Amino acid sequence: MVPISFYLGLSVILFSLGALGVILRRNAIIIFMSLEMMFNAANLAFIVFALYYQNLSGQIFVFFVMTVAAAEVAVGLALMVAIFRSKHTIDVDDVSSLKG
Amino acid sequence: MAGTFILFFILAVTAIAAAIGMLVSRNAVYSALFLIVNFATVAVIYLTLGAPFIALAQITVYAGAIMVLFLFVIMLLGAEKLAIRGKAPAWQQALGTVLGLLVMGEAAYLIVFRSRLAEPLALPSSNFASPAAIGLVLFKQYLLPFEVTSVLLLVAMVGAIVLTRPGKTIAGSHLVTAETISAGKSPLEEQHGDLMVYEKQIESEEVRGKVAGPNKDDVSRR
Repeated sequence: MVPISFYLGLSVILFSLGALGVILRRNAIIIFMSLEMMFNAANLAFIVFALYYQNLSGQIFVFFVMTVAAAEVAVGLALMVAIFRSKHTIDVDDVSSLKG
Repeated sequence: MAGTFILFFILAVTAIAAAIGMLVSRNAVYSALFLIVNFATVAVIYLTLGAPFIALAQITVYAGAIMVLFLFVIMLLGAEKLAIRGKAPAWQQALGTVLGLLVMGEAAYLIVFRSRLAEPLALPSSNFASPAAIGLVLFKQYLLPFEVTSVLLLVAMVGAIVLTRPGKTIAGSHLVTAETISAGKSPLEEQHGDLMVYEKQIESEEVRGKVAGPNKDDVSRR
């Protein structure tokens, strides 16, 4: 069977790529997608450890992460539509009105 | 034995390639499609890890609902226009890449040097995470979090509707709030009330100007 560290390595790579997306991209929608990928990487680690410790709580937690991610995406995309209506951009560098 | 290794490597390479594709593609629609590939691949990995319920939830919730929402918003806002600029300055890109690789290196270091984690995973038994077992844990041990989650989803739904309600901008001049409606005032009266307050302010400023005396003339001359 595949060692547990391989799965965790894949999780780490996906998480880092998601973090890179948040850092490097300026399109708010791409940043959101990168966030989703980071959630996904964390979920993968949860599933791996649920199997490793033979404990279903890990899988239940993934279920909750998915629901919270769905709620977050709904509100986030609504915010993005509202920002686009008033500013006509979703480039995060242009949305800096709160900066002193 | 070798089959599971080959399957894992195919899935892992596909997932990483899709993630990189999402990261570098200039068009947001392509990014979303790459992300769907990534989610589907990870769902298959969940299946091999003995989590069929979570795998199918991943397909329906993530690859289905959430990504449809993403594509909908991308097409609503016009992604092709937005994809043109959207690049960080070079020094930020270099710094971000270095920091991201640092995170990856740190995490990989921790995994490699935890020797306990190198042992192979046991094959999942067929009834380890069956939907029945998941349901029992979810509705017995985690009943309260489950109910709280439903409230959270309701709040998110109401919030999304309120945020995108037409006729109301973020810098909206006058809002028809619940208080004005319950107080029996129409929005017009509310506006008129604002005007009266404004007039009072002007009056009081004039009074203050009279008290101040000669300074007012200086201001008006300028």
